[in-house]
Amino acid sequence: MNFTLEVWRQKGPKTEGKLERYEAKNVPAEASFLEMLDIVNEDLTHKNIEPIQFDSDCREGICGNCSLTINGVPHGPGRGTTCQLYMRKFRDGQTITIEPFRADSFPLERDLVVNRAAYDRIIQAGGFISERAGSAPDANSVPIPKIVADQAMDAAACIGCGACAAACPNGSAMLFVSAKVAHLGLLPQGKPENDRRVLNMVRQMDKEGFGNCSNYYACEAVCPAGIPASFIARMNRSYSVASIKESIGVTV
Amino acid sequence: MTLDAKIPAGPLDKKWTSFKNTAKLVNPANKRKFEIIIVGSGLAGAAAAATLGEQGYRVKCFCYQDSPRRAHSIAAQGGINAAKNYQNDGDSVYRLFYDTIKGGDFRAREANVHRLAEVSSLIIDQCVAQGVPFAREYGGLLDNRSFGGAQVSRTFYARGQTGQQLLLGAYAALSHQIALGSVKMFPKTEMMDLVLVDGHAKGIVVRDMVTGEITSHAGDAVLLCTGGYGNVFYLSTNARGCNVTATYRAFKRGALFANPCYTQIHPTCIPVSGDYQSKLTLMSESLRNDGRVWVPKRKEDCGKAPQDIPEDARDYYLERKYPSYGNLAPRDISSRSAKEVCDDGRGVGPGGLGVYLDFSAAIKRLGKHVIEERYGNLFEMYHNITGEDAYERPMRIYPAVHYTMGGLWVDYNLMSNIPGLHVLGEANFSDHGANRLGASALMQGLADGYFVIPNTIGDYMAGQFGKQVDPKAPAFAEAVQSVKDRVAKLMSIKGTRTVDSFHRELGHIMWDKCGMARNKEGLEEALQRIPKLREEFWSNLKLLGGPNEINMELERAGRVADFLEFGELMCLDALNRNESCGGHFRTEYQTPDGEALRNDDEYAYVAAWKYEGEGKAPTLIKEPLVYEQVKLSTRSYK
Repeated sequence: MNFTLEVWRQKGPKTEGKLERYEAKNVPAEASFLEMLDIVNEDLTHKNIEPIQFDSDCREGICGNCSLTINGVPHGPGRGTTCQLYMRKFRDGQTITIEPFRADSFPLERDLVVNRAAYDRIIQAGGFISERAGSAPDANSVPIPKIVADQAMDAAACIGCGACAAACPNGSAMLFVSAKVAHLGLLPQGKPENDRRVLNMVRQMDKEGFGNCSNYYACEAVCPAGIPASFIARMNRSYSVASIKESIGVTV
Repeated sequence: MTLDAKIPAGPLDKKWTSFKNTAKLVNPANKRKFEIIIVGSGLAGAAAAATLGEQGYRVKCFCYQDSPRRAHSIAAQGGINAAKNYQNDGDSVYRLFYDTIKGGDFRAREANVHRLAEVSSLIIDQCVAQGVPFAREYGGLLDNRSFGGAQVSRTFYARGQTGQQLLLGAYAALSHQIALGSVKMFPKTEMMDLVLVDGHAKGIVVRDMVTGEITSHAGDAVLLCTGGYGNVFYLSTNARGCNVTATYRAFKRGALFANPCYTQIHPTCIPVSGDYQSKLTLMSESLRNDGRVWVPKRKEDCGKAPQDIPEDARDYYLERKYPSYGNLAPRDISSRSAKEVCDDGRGVGPGGLGVYLDFSAAIKRLGKHVIEERYGNLFEMYHNITGEDAYERPMRIYPAVHYTMGGLWVDYNLMSNIPGLHVLGEANFSDHGANRLGASALMQGLADGYFVIPNTIGDYMAGQFGKQVDPKAPAFAEAVQSVKDRVAKLMSIKGTRTVDSFHRELGHIMWDKCGMARNKEGLEEALQRIPKLREEFWSNLKLLGGPNEINMELERAGRVADFLEFGELMCLDALNRNESCGGHFRTEYQTPDGEALRNDDEYAYVAAWKYEGEGKAPTLIKEPLVYEQVKLSTRSYK
C-alpha cells in the first residue's frame, strides 16, 4: 500500500513546527501504524532526512506510551491505541495527517513527542492508598463483592495515555482522574482516604491547567481502555461531598 | 575467584527466618543518611523504591520511559502465583518451591527459591491492601486459576491484565513516596554506565533522553532492576525499549553474568509476517486447551488454504508425538516441535514460519458461542492484528522469545560480586533455573522488591557508615567522559546502514543459531559472524540528528552496540553447556526419542562469566548447585 503522510515536525519545544509531506511506499497491509512509521523513518534516514521522533514501547496496547493524533483523532480510527492500529484500516493512496497529542498541559518536546508528566503529578497528589509493605492483613480478611471488584477493575484498566485530554475540546483530564478516584474509592481499602484523595487530585489537575468537563464525551469515544464517562459524574459527586465536609471541618 | 552465595546455615525452611533474626539493621535516623540508586521502575524497581523509601532511605529511581508506570511488567497477562492454599487443594510453600525448582529443570538455587515461595503469600496481602482489583468470587473472596507446571490452583489474576494491575499498585506506592519526598524520580533517563569507587558500586552515569546531557549520580548502593535481554533476538514479546545495557555495563565493570544462554521461548505467538515487523504478540497459552495444532503432512500442501487440506493429509504432530499430553505439552517441547516441522519445510503462512492452531473441532463439539465466551477477546486481538477470522480458519501461531532466566549473578542478599551492586527481578539469575513457570515472573519481581531487598540490603549498608562517597571522586568524571566519548563515536561513524538493520541481522543470527535449538556447529558459526557484524556496525552505522536532543536512533544504537557484544557471551555460554536443560536445548544432547538430556554430573552448576577486557575471552566461574532437599529427576511428558 502507498500513503501520503502529513507529519508534524518540530525541532524543540521553543521552535516553530509545521506539517511536512512524506510518501510512505510499499507498506504491507499487515504492518501496524507504528511499523509504517518505522519503514518511513528508514527511508528518511537513507535520504538524509532526520527520522520522525515518536513515542512507543510495548506495542501491544497496554503501556500507554504511543500518542499520535491521526487525521484529527487521538489514536486514530477504531478503538485502541496507536500501536494496535493496522494499515489495512486505511485506503490505498490515502493522505494521513499525523500530529502529536495536543493539550496545553502536555508540552511538546519534539516532533510527535509530548510530555505527560502532569498525569504522574496528579497520581502523586493522591492516587494511592497509604500502606506500607509488611503491614497488610490477610488478603481474604476483607471480602469485596464481585460486582464492586469488577467495577474497580473497569476503572483501573486506564493506561494513562492521555488521549482523553487530547480529544477534549477543553483539554480536560477528568476521565483519567475520575478513573483513579473510582478505582480506589470503590474498594474498602481505599475508603479511609476518599475525601483527601478526590480533593487533592482534582486540585492538582486544576493546577496543571487541564480544563473542566462539559459533557462532550470525546474522551470516552477515544479511550483505548474503554473507561466510561460515567466515572466523571461519580467523581463530581465525591468532590462535592468532600469539599462540603472540608468546609465544615470534618475531613482532610 | 570463588563465589560465596552467603546462604544461611540451617534447614531449608528455617533459613529465611534465621536470616531475618540475625540480619544487620540500620536504625531509622541513619537510614536517612544513605542514598540508594535504583535503575528501572518495573515490578522489582518500583516495589524496591517504594519500600526503601517507606523505610526512610533516600532513593533516586531512574527509568527510560516517560513515566514509571510504563515499564514492561505492565504487559504480563496471566497472573501471579502464591502458596495461599485458598482452594484447599493441597498447596503449600513446599509445593510451590518444588514446582519452581522442577520447572526450572533443577538449575536454580534451592535457598533462594524456597524464600520466594515463603514470601509469595505476603505479596498477595500487600497488593490487595494497595488496591489491586484481583478477580473475586461471588462471596467476595479471591479467585484462583491453574497454570502450567502445577497441579494446584494458586494463580491470582486481574482479568488478562495482571501485570498492569500489579505494576500500577507498585507505581501508586512509588508515587506516594515521591510525593513525600523520600524518592526522587528521573524518567526519560537512561543508565549508561556503572561507577565503582574502591571496588564498590557507588554511582551511575546517565543520559537525559530529552536534552542529551550526560551526568553522574553518586549513592551508597546501586540496585539494578532493569529486566531481561530478550531483545537481543530483535523480535520478541518484549517492549521496543527493553535492553541489556545496564546489566551489560555492570558486567564490563566486573559483575558476573550468570547463565546468559537460558532464554524462554513461548509457543503461542502471532507469527512474523514480514521484515518490517517490530515486535511479536503473545496469544495466551490457554488457547491450547481447545485448539489442535497441525501442519500439512506434505510440503506441497503448505500453500493451500487450510480447509482444502483433507483430514488425512494433516499432521497433528503434538498429538502424534506426545499422546498423553497432546496439545498441552509444556512450553519448551511445543516450541521446539513447531520449529522442527517448519525446518522440515512444512510451516504455513508467509515465510513458512507458522503452524495452525485449529478450533474447528472444538467449535463443532461445543458450539461457536462457547469458544467465543472462553476466548472471545483473544480471537478479536488475533483478528485485529492479522485480519483473519479464527472462527472461520485456523489461527497461525509460532514460538517467540518471551523471557530470559539468565542475568547478573547474585548471592542470597541479591548482591552481585561487586559490593553494593544489587540486582532484582528478571535482571538477576537466581530463581527460575533453566526455565520459568507461568505466573512466576510477577511473583519474583515483587518478592525481590517488597520483601527481600528491604531485609537484605542492611547487611551491606550497615558496613557503610562514614564511607559517604565523594561525587567529585575521579571515577565519576572518568566514567562520564567514557560515555561521552562513546556517544561521540557513535555519532561520528557516518556510514550507510541504519541501527535497525544491524539489530535485525543480529536477531537473525541469534534466533537461528542460539534460539530454540542449538548445536556446536551453529554456535561456533555465530561466534564467527557476530564479531564481524559488530565490526561493520562500528564502521558503517548511519545516525542522523545530534546527541543533544531527543534522538531515538541514537538511543537504540547504544543498546544495539551492547547487544552485539552480549550476543557473543550468550553463544559462548550455550556452547559451554554440553547438555540440554529447560530453555537450553542442544541437539547433540537428546534422548533417542528427541527429549532433553541433562547432564547433572558435569553441569549442575551456575555458569557465571567474568569480563576480562576488550578482545579477551571471558572466564567461566562455577557455582556448584547443591541440592539438600530435592532429589534430581527427569521430566517426561509422553
